[in-house]
Order: sequence, then C-alpha cells, then structure tokens
Amino acid sequence: MAISRSDVAKVASLARLELSNVELDTMTRDLQGIVGFISSLDELDTSGVEPLAHPLGTQNVFREDIPTDSLSLSEALQSAPRHDGKYFLVPAVLGETGSA
Amino acid sequence: MHPGDMSACEIAGAVARGDISAFECTQAALSRIDRLNGSINAFLHIDAEGAIASARSIDSRRARGESLGPLAGVPIAIKDVLCTRNVPTTCASKMLKDFRPPYDAFVVERLRTSDAVIVGKTNMDEFAMGGSNENSAFGPVRNPWDLSRAPGGSSGGSAACVAAGMSPIALGSDTGGSIRQPAGLCGITGLKPTYGRVSRRGLIAFASSLDQVGPMARSAADCALVLETIAGHDPSDSTSLKADVPPYSRLLEESLAGVRIGRVAAHFTEGLNPEVARAVDEAFAVFRAAGATIHDIEMPHARWGVPTYYLVAPCEASSNLARYDGVHFGHRTDTAQILASHAADRTQKNNIDSDQADSTLVEMYRKSRAEGFGSEVKRRIMLGTYALSAGYYDAYYLKALKVRRLIRQDYLNAFEKVDLIGGPVSATAAFPLGEKTGDPLSMYLVDLYTVTANLAGVGGISFPCGLSASGLPLGFQLQSPALAEPLLLRAADRFQRITDWHQRRPHLEGTLQQP
Repeated sequence: MAISRSDVAKVASLARLELSNVELDTMTRDLQGIVGFISSLDELDTSGVEPLAHPLGTQNVFREDIPTDSLSLSEALQSAPRHDGKYFLVPAVLGETGSA
Repeated sequence: MHPGDMSACEIAGAVARGDISAFECTQAALSRIDRLNGSINAFLHIDAEGAIASARSIDSRRARGESLGPLAGVPIAIKDVLCTRNVPTTCASKMLKDFRPPYDAFVVERLRTSDAVIVGKTNMDEFAMGGSNENSAFGPVRNPWDLSRAPGGSSGGSAACVAAGMSPIALGSDTGGSIRQPAGLCGITGLKPTYGRVSRRGLIAFASSLDQVGPMARSAADCALVLETIAGHDPSDSTSLKADVPPYSRLLEESLAGVRIGRVAAHFTEGLNPEVARAVDEAFAVFRAAGATIHDIEMPHARWGVPTYYLVAPCEASSNLARYDGVHFGHRTDTAQILASHAADRTQKNNIDSDQADSTLVEMYRKSRAEGFGSEVKRRIMLGTYALSAGYYDAYYLKALKVRRLIRQDYLNAFEKVDLIGGPVSATAAFPLGEKTGDPLSMYLVDLYTVTANLAGVGGISFPCGLSASGLPLGFQLQSPALAEPLLLRAADRFQRITDWHQRRPHLEGTLQQP
C-alpha cells in the first residue's frame, strides 16, 4: 500500500494543512518511509485480539449533571486573534455554494 | 552549601527551619539561570518578577508564623507544555508563540499551593514531538555535559535545567519517553508515573492515552517529594485515577531484600552501545548486592513497540492538534491576503469551481496551520490523519491498538514473575546535535526502550548509572506495574544511597564542580 503524491495531497486537505509542491514531495517521501517501517506490524497475527485504547481499561467516568464555574467571557476571548467582545470573529464565508 | 546545589528536600527543610530564606534560594536559581541560559537555551521564559514575588510572600508568611506548603522556597521549572495562567505557554511552537493561558494546569495549581517557586518555562521539542529538543521553534537545547550534543527530548529544557543546577527540580511530560530519555542523556532522575496517576488538565495534549506529567530532579528522593505534591484524582480529568496518593517521600527506607528485578536479554542487541550495556549490567549487580534477585524475562512484543507507538501517537495527535485552526487562540494567518485573492478570483473567473477551491475559512485554517507548525509536527499530523482515514483505519490504527494489547499483556505476564523490570533507557549516550535530524526514522528509534511503558500505562523511572569514557552520562531504567511508584522510587533511591553517579555534575563555568 504505497502512498502516492495525490494521496498525500488529499490527506493534507483533510488535515487542513497547506503544503507547497516541494513540501508535498518531501512529505510523500517521508511518509512512504515511515509507513514502510510501521508495516512491520503486519508480521504479527492479531486475530482474536481486542484493540486497547485506554491502557488501564478505565471506562464511563461520569459526574453529576450540575453546572459549575467556567471561564468568564472575557477570559475565553482574551487569546482570540479577532473578537468583538461577544464572539470570535472569522472571515465571512461569502456566497459560496459548495463546501471545500 | 550554595543554595543552587542543594536538593529540593534540603531546601524545603532549610526554609521550613528558617536556616535560609525563599528569597535567597530563588535569587540563587535566577542568577544561575541568567548566567547559563544563553549557552544552554533551557528556558523559553524566565519569570523573575513572579518568582521573587512568590519568594517574598513565602518569607513574610513564615515571619508571621503562618504554615507553609511542603515545597516552600524550592525553585521549580515547568516544561512549556503545561498551562501557567497569564504566563507565556508556547509548546516551543510558533503556533502558540504569544499564547498566555487563562488558567493554570492542575499540577501548576498544586505546586503553587505547595509554595514551590516557579522560575520559568522550559524549552522542549515542539508539541512534545521529538527525542532531542531540536524540534523547538526557538532553538535547540544544548546538553550541559557537552554543549555540542543534544539533551534528549522532548523534555530537553527541563532535563538540561536540572543537570546544570539552574533549579533543583522541574516538571516534564512523557508520551513515549520524553522524561526518561532526556533524564538519561543529562545524568538526572526522571519519573513517568502510571497513566492517570497525575492529572492531565492543563497539559497541552499530544497523545491523550499516552501523556503523563512527571518530576525531574537530581535524585529519586526529590522526585518522590514532587510526585506526592502533583499526584491525585482530578474530577476534571476523566482519565485520572481515584487511587489514594501514598506519602512517597516517606516510603523510601525499606530494604530491597527479596525484590525481584527482571532483565530482558533482547534489550542487549548489537544496537546497544557497549559502554551502556556494561553500565547497565553493573547497575544490576548493585541491585543484586542490595538484596534484590535478578531474573531473565522476555517481552516478546517489545520490538514492535516503536512502530506501534508511531501509529497510535500520531493518530491521537492528529485529533488533538485539530484545535489549532487560528479561530479561538494561537496563530492566525494574515486573512487580508486571502480575502483579497479570493475577491480577485471572483472578479476574474466567473466559473470558479467552488467544490475544488477552499473557502476563505478553510484556507485560513490551512495557512494558519502551515505557518504555525514545524515540520515534525506536520509529519505526525499527516501520518495520523492518513492512518485514521477511511479505508486505512482498520489496517493501521486498529491494528496498532491490537498490538498495544499484546505489549500490555507482556508486562502483565512479566509482573507475575518479577516486581520491577530493569534495563537501558537509551541505546547510546547523548548524540551530537544534527546527527539524527536528517532522518525522521533514526530519531524515532531513540525511543526504543521507553515507548512500551506508555503503551501499557505502567510506571518508569530513569537515573544515572555511569559515565562513558568521554564523560557523558549513562542511564538505567526501572519499570513497574501500575501504581507501584513507591517500589520504583524506593529502588532508585536505594541505588542512589549505594552509588554516587547522581551526584556527578557537568563542568560548567560558574556551577559546582564534582564533589
């Protein structure tokens, strides 16, 4: 399953990363090498083995549904690149019909 | 003794007794940081004002007879991956260059309550991704033992800070070895607690099922003192464990008689530097002389540890780093340029295919992230995104999680026969800066001995066990079952009562020479 340059371009789009043509080439080479290395996992027979996501198997940690303190509005906005005191501001999506 | 050369335990005792002031200890640390940071680059931010203010407050409260916290007056450095309220927290990334968090991490809150004096934020590999501290956007950290060499990573700044005596203790974080490996390369002691032992609230996330915060110091005894301050359940971190926190610093006395330590023959392959191998086996002999028994054990799936880690961690990272989009905080690209070029496109081409072109918002995301992230971070995000994408998820991510279970099972099987597992922490001593930066895979292999502990969620500590012929520190690692930190710390502490490797110091201008 060798990664192609066009695969990498698609992944870059999914990852919301802009890569130049040169970067796309380097990234393709790097990822091919890494994925090749990682494919050594195929040497292992894992049939019947359950995946392990949480190392100690903790699950379903809940708390009571009681509201508690949270950040104030000004604290929440203090690091925003642009805000109007109430909302985070981003460039408007102007008259576009499809999503990218 | 110069306060800059006292241990955290010694400073805490002396301040509590009134033999030395918090101000004096803080001044000593700040002055050493000021003298040495230019050549080592361990610190990204030095908070002299905040530190002096804390110190003065501690001294006034002591003078008024008020009780002080257990770390009162002890200077501590914090890896820049941990949120410190209104103090720059950058993760050594351009993405967070100007970020000042609106809250303290749980461990930072605990340190403040304990009256530790936070002197600054340490340099690291960007977003904790790296094994040499060469991935920092603000320059590499240099190993105090040899300034042409790497300190290890990603907690390279914290390791170098402690090794150079800039502060007696520091906090690091460990996802695949990032506390233990730099501790090994810098001749200090570093502990990765059991997963969930220390809250991750305010730890800027890299891989949520692997990350842990831990202490770095010149002794296991100091690590114990810090761990009992920062450990414990946090209702805001659903992965934090409810288990009680033992008084680690008071559990170091018991002898090691009858403790069974495992030795894995497969660790000693041709890839392991012979000087390291010899020092590690000499350390086993020390443990034997101290009453422990050494047993051959196998960890049959250990050799798939690095490939498993370099799938699981980047996958989790691709999810955790999705929040850096230039919207709420962090770097945002210059949107005026994007808007101008979109407007130009629209007037020139009536039929722009809006399915092909990114919207302005998406372009903002893509450019902000491209400008904010360094190349290793991008590489891992790309790898993770690819491995999680439709058609590849089963073959890569799910497969890795199955191997993860096999690796964890190896530990469970081993711990039926032994109480601890001993061995190398790094295949080599500190390597030259630039040696591994050309080949990502060669850098990934520095994590060979450390990643499996994170995958299995078990505890691990590394400490010095020798010096190479050229005077570089050599490290030993002990790993324990989950929540066996008392045994881990006790074993390392016992080693440090018998040997003096942990007391060796690099020859730096202005610091204490070897005792």
